[in-house]
Amino acid sequence: MSASMRTKLGVAAGRSAGWLSRTITRGQGATISGRVINAIAPDALQELAEGQRVTLVSATNGKTTTTRFLATALAAGGRTVTTNSTGANLASGIAPTLAKAKGPGEAVLEVDERVLPRMVDPLGVELLVLGNLSRDQLDRYGEVHALSETWRETTEAHPELAVIANASDPHVVWAATPAKVTWVALGLGWRSDAATCPQCGALLQWSVDRFDCPSCGFGQPDAPNILDGTDLVLDGTRIALSIALPGSWNRANAALAVAAAAHLGVDPSVAAESLDAVTSVAGRYMSVPLGDGRNARVLLAKNPAGWTEVLQFLHHRDTAVVIAVNARVADGKDPSWLWDVPYELLRGKKTAATGERRLDVAVRLRYADVDYEIEPDPIMAARALPGDEVHIVASYTQFSALYRKHGHGR
Amino acid sequence: MSDDKPRDSAVGIGLIYPELLGTYGDRGNAVVLVQRARWRGIPAELVEIAAGDPIPDSLDVYIFGGGEDDPQHMAAEGMRASKANIERAHRGGAVVLAICAGFQLIGHRYVAADESVLEGIGLVDLETRAGSPRLIGEVVVQPTENDVWGELGTPRALTGFENHGGRTTLGPDVTPLGNVLAGGGNGDGSGVEGVLEERIIGTYLHGPVLPRNVELADRILAWVTGGLPSLDATLEQSLRAERLDAGMSKGARKWWRDRMLARG
Repeated sequence: MSASMRTKLGVAAGRSAGWLSRTITRGQGATISGRVINAIAPDALQELAEGQRVTLVSATNGKTTTTRFLATALAAGGRTVTTNSTGANLASGIAPTLAKAKGPGEAVLEVDERVLPRMVDPLGVELLVLGNLSRDQLDRYGEVHALSETWRETTEAHPELAVIANASDPHVVWAATPAKVTWVALGLGWRSDAATCPQCGALLQWSVDRFDCPSCGFGQPDAPNILDGTDLVLDGTRIALSIALPGSWNRANAALAVAAAAHLGVDPSVAAESLDAVTSVAGRYMSVPLGDGRNARVLLAKNPAGWTEVLQFLHHRDTAVVIAVNARVADGKDPSWLWDVPYELLRGKKTAATGERRLDVAVRLRYADVDYEIEPDPIMAARALPGDEVHIVASYTQFSALYRKHGHGR
Repeated sequence: MSDDKPRDSAVGIGLIYPELLGTYGDRGNAVVLVQRARWRGIPAELVEIAAGDPIPDSLDVYIFGGGEDDPQHMAAEGMRASKANIERAHRGGAVVLAICAGFQLIGHRYVAADESVLEGIGLVDLETRAGSPRLIGEVVVQPTENDVWGELGTPRALTGFENHGGRTTLGPDVTPLGNVLAGGGNGDGSGVEGVLEERIIGTYLHGPVLPRNVELADRILAWVTGGLPSLDATLEQSLRAERLDAGMSKGARKWWRDRMLARG
């Protein structure tokens, strides 16, 4: 059998195995499909990546959107781009994405943060884009520190690898430092998972705009590139980020993408201008008709860091809010994190608790002094709330269900 | 703080080192105590003790939560440095609620897989050793019938979500929080969960534990304030019933499997 026949077979078998795993055992299908591809065609990824300049994008939050932004920016710069635009970010999703490449060009690939270390060598990666690391699915994956450590092992093994990295996240700084890094200071957001120094374990000191370890000298690196409000200051040049997507977290995603596009040789102002055309990314920010003349806007929030960003955005808007939470494997089976999120920011708004763990949500809202309804279905819940504007904020599997049902062609 | 003097200040609910011991929504336990006091007209405030700061002896409730490895070491250091204050406060009537890593640290020590020892504060006679596999999932606990619960009596079955590798063994004179009906609990083969002493509760239950078990929350409050007016808990009880179902159906499956295996 020829190498490429073997690769095609491997990719197809891997996808089937992943599908079977998800359907029958309700696993995520990641490990098994990767193993099957590996067993049938050990060189599949290597072969598929041939002719592509590969950039990997990873983070706990924002990797799908950053990937879309970067792919859009590179296309605006006249490049041929292959990208996994739906968030299929494991080996089983990346292999078929590469198989669809029409010719040599740029491959911009979102990769799951746990899978990243295993992708760098087989794909011959030329650029890493690293956003942020925070707690996510605690019952499955454990520690943020451990994840940062696996990234660092990768950069230590590849000191010449180019990396665009967020200078404002201690775990990312720790992970990226051994490589050739271009830092982008995105501003300090969620800091609750980085109380202690990744290098020595002492308490980190946080000020308004930087973090430092008083014990070992680890700290925020000086960044030539800074996100300043709605502008990116790139090597001293100020570029406006006029994006259609809402929220400060998306400006951070855009800043990383523009810095990465500039590194890959695209004029940064051309890159920045192109991002305005991105209005919905794999269902994030999609609009769903409620059947009463109104539309609800759907946001994905998977973890405390993501929720906190979303709530700060909603806090300033006159909107009703549906909170849709499941606690399946892909969401993390322990919804304790609801109590790490400042739902108090929703005081004075009309809200509804929905999803399989709506009672946990309702109890959380009660203790935050927020008015709530309880309704099993997210669309019914949105319909029941008054006002011109309704946002549905959904955990992963709630979001996926909404996207499957309402996401096509939007 | 003493029992014979009327309260002249707000109930101080202390959330100890939330940056270090706050991995599993542990803030929720403090929020529930503060709100359930306020809703009854009892002034209460959430007092956060930041990592690195000494723990004062003036609080009414001391909440120690769960944490990852490095943060747990940092927290242990601070707790040991303030051990005298915590003991004095407890003798004077304060309550200690210790969850997961916090539960381990109110004992004598935690012995890691590599036999390295992390010293606790020894407030309770218990010891924890690292074990495998990690115990993860829904837990149901039948609380120990005991006078220490006070006039509200023993609470009904507790539910929570556990996620720990520790195996905790209680000293011979120490009472567990309860018997495990489903899940792992202390995980040392004794079939019990947590610890229950005069105004001390240690447990592996997250969820967090107090929003899911408001009867437990009210006993802790009553230990501090005395008699409590009743409060509508329809919503919280429906959550408890739902989690009890989820936990017990898991427990029933395990019971059935064990029975089948025993038969061969």
